[in-house]
Amino acid sequence: MSEIAFPAPDRKILARRDEIIAGLRRVLPEGGVIEKLDERRAFETDALTAYRQVPLAVVLPRSTEEVSAVMAYLHAQGVPVTPRGAGTSLSGGAIPQEDSVVVCVAKMSRVLEVDFANRVARVEAGVTNLAISAAVAHEGFFYAPDPSSQLACSIGGNIGMNSGGAHCLKYGVTTNNLLGVRLVLVDGTIVDLGGAALDAPGYDLLALVCGAEGQLGIVTEATVRILRSAEGARPVLFGFPSSEAAGAAVAAIIGDGIIPVAMEFMDAPAIRICEDFAHAGYPLDVEAMLIIEVEGSEAEMEAELGKIIAIAERHGVTVIKESKSAMETALIWKGRKSAFGATGRVADYICMDGTVPTGQLPHVLRRTSEIVASHGLRVANVFHAGDGNMHPLILYNVNDPQEQRKAEEAGADILKLCVEAGGCLTGEHGVGIEKRDLMGCQFSKADLDQQMRVRQAFDPAWLLNPAKVFPLDARS
Amino acid sequence: MPGADLSSFDATTVPEASMTTHKPQNEAEAACVIADAAARRIPLSILGSGTKRALGRFTQTQDVLSSAALAGITLHEPAELVIAARAGTPLAEVERKLGEARQQLPFEPMDYRALLGTSGEPTIGGVAATNLSGPRRIKSGACRDSFLGARFVNGRGEVVKSGGRVMKNVTGLDLTRLMAGAFGTLGFLTEVTFKVVPSPETQATLVLEGLSDRRAVAALSAGLGSPFEVSGAAHLPAGIGAAGARTLLRLEGFESAVGYRTKALAEALRDFSAARVLDAQESEALWREVRDVTFLVSPRDTAIWRISVAPSKAPALIDTLGAELSARWFLDWGGGLIWLACGAEGDAGALPVHEAARLEEGHALLVRAPDAVRAAVDVFQPQPEPIMKLTRAVKQSLDPAAVLEPGRIYAGV
Repeated sequence: MSEIAFPAPDRKILARRDEIIAGLRRVLPEGGVIEKLDERRAFETDALTAYRQVPLAVVLPRSTEEVSAVMAYLHAQGVPVTPRGAGTSLSGGAIPQEDSVVVCVAKMSRVLEVDFANRVARVEAGVTNLAISAAVAHEGFFYAPDPSSQLACSIGGNIGMNSGGAHCLKYGVTTNNLLGVRLVLVDGTIVDLGGAALDAPGYDLLALVCGAEGQLGIVTEATVRILRSAEGARPVLFGFPSSEAAGAAVAAIIGDGIIPVAMEFMDAPAIRICEDFAHAGYPLDVEAMLIIEVEGSEAEMEAELGKIIAIAERHGVTVIKESKSAMETALIWKGRKSAFGATGRVADYICMDGTVPTGQLPHVLRRTSEIVASHGLRVANVFHAGDGNMHPLILYNVNDPQEQRKAEEAGADILKLCVEAGGCLTGEHGVGIEKRDLMGCQFSKADLDQQMRVRQAFDPAWLLNPAKVFPLDARS
Repeated sequence: MPGADLSSFDATTVPEASMTTHKPQNEAEAACVIADAAARRIPLSILGSGTKRALGRFTQTQDVLSSAALAGITLHEPAELVIAARAGTPLAEVERKLGEARQQLPFEPMDYRALLGTSGEPTIGGVAATNLSGPRRIKSGACRDSFLGARFVNGRGEVVKSGGRVMKNVTGLDLTRLMAGAFGTLGFLTEVTFKVVPSPETQATLVLEGLSDRRAVAALSAGLGSPFEVSGAAHLPAGIGAAGARTLLRLEGFESAVGYRTKALAEALRDFSAARVLDAQESEALWREVRDVTFLVSPRDTAIWRISVAPSKAPALIDTLGAELSARWFLDWGGGLIWLACGAEGDAGALPVHEAARLEEGHALLVRAPDAVRAAVDVFQPQPEPIMKLTRAVKQSLDPAAVLEPGRIYAGV
């Protein structure tokens, strides 16, 4: 069934399974190694559930030193490693391979230090994204990147994929909010990159590690920037008669010098799916909806909203609905952030993640509908409009192999469309295995060769998450 | 160190006659120059217009590769908040183009010419290669944070592109940001793409007077921890630009918001000192001086250090260094950036400065010193061996023949 190939497992490693597990038990305390088949199965996939591989073993280290000991041992044995945080990757970044050991940092979930004077927090890699904000909320602070899976996903995984979220338009993605990491290299060496100072000496290795999908080392700790929350925040719903009108309004708002903290787009199918789930009060008689959030004091929000409403009216807005309470605000965001989960209730789906220049949004939306329809499938669109990061959800039936193939073909065509429109394959979910074989659409051989050479500077033997990111046939 | 040659202090010079300067007209020509240099193992100095040539370790090569002829803005989409330009495009031209659309680069790149005593037009490629950021870095990130995409020629003479023109892009390894601050040692930039932001409608600055360094850092920290989005946070001790100490907090945005936030922030910081407000014009002029380190330009024979540290550690670090080196200093980035001037004799303070920075988990860069000093001491903070090993491996992966600006950051890299 699977269209995406994994490298053939190394039979010699499979044959040495017992010996390798014994070796892991020697370097980890009791309970740190998972070897029973039914327990290993819990780690066979992530949020890209169409693909599965049961790993050789799983380890659950509790400290950087334990990760280091595991890595030193596996490196000496030549065994591949699949790093894993909470396993919420949408691109298969945490899917193991039969001959790999999963190094899962979920048990390393302590907030180590919160420093309000310097506006940083130091946390272990298994801490969830939302737990960082929760740890600093009592002083009115928050951690800015907010992927929809923030309740479950780990900061280690966020760093691996350079995750984004709805509020990135103003605050940036993970790489813009990350000041340092403690990294265990493939041979077990522990290094600190960056730290509490705003910039670091020498090469920006931290930028390389962020978004490297666990191919350069295993992040065990992170130092992140925390920000003071605005005095207030208010999302407003704007309904439009067409996607084009909504897209034009987005361009006009930015063109007018206004950067709202978030501008989220939903088309009619997505609105209906999310409304049925969250009962957020979304308008059901429009073709497209924007959730625009403004921040600041009451007077500042009023002033900014006034400008935005005037622009929306020039673009034919038909419904404007302001949040009147904290509960309404929570519901509005619940609807948006549960878009993937809500869609999962009505159908199986694959979620695309291409980014396009915002001026190309109307064209790309139209072509997306045509592409999906030509494969006899349906699509719902929810995405971050301010930065052009699209999330077409292609609906299909996972138990129908033919539909799965069609959905994957449509997805690939959409991603190629994003690249042709001047954008990229993935804005925040990562390449993983899902988009690995499309890398040649965006990059030349020289581009990919250079990336792989830099990768090899960290991991010459390709032991770290080796099935991901780079097309198998492009490797030399 | 003894024998430092102070006569060549202001600009690094190689005798003109013995130099070959390549100024390729396009990317393909640049690739040829580098491929040829790699084949013959002839190192190249990499520069734009050379205004920051005196920054970094002192290196000297016969051959120079300049991006000066690779000029021109290739893309500006105001509604998409993006601009792209060939590397040799003057920064001033980029800023003029953005100004026409009431936009700007978010990171407020500083102008090093006065400090380094150089002339010429800084280029956008030079801004990227040196990761040049100014006071707004505390709110809007560094140059590298807005650096979306690059085209460059690696040390093999191959044209490589990375990143793109969209703000959210996690496709493949982030070689773009790796280029930022690499001083050309990993690749010769040919085209760069940046995220831009709307220019604020207005600005104002609160001035708190008479605070000690310690109180000042606490006040800046309180301001940066407020909800008012402070976009500049500096402390000028007594004798830096005025007789008394001044602690500055800048607010930018729409007229109505700045008016409100100025009042609210002054109220929040009342316990530190009463605040005076600078209007937009005064504020802009003062922050230009902070950005360009104008206060320490003279006397010209002092060495200048740029020390990065967690803000709360700045006062202790200054206590140590200030007395030992008879230094003058001021603070930017809420205390996280210390600009320090001291005597250029001996090692220009390299040993104590690097050691003090290391103890406070920060790092120091020797920004200005005679060539002979920069050739002999650690200009950049020495790093632990495992990181140096990665640094050398990354260099090797991009420039195996070591022809691109070798030695500019670390010896052997």
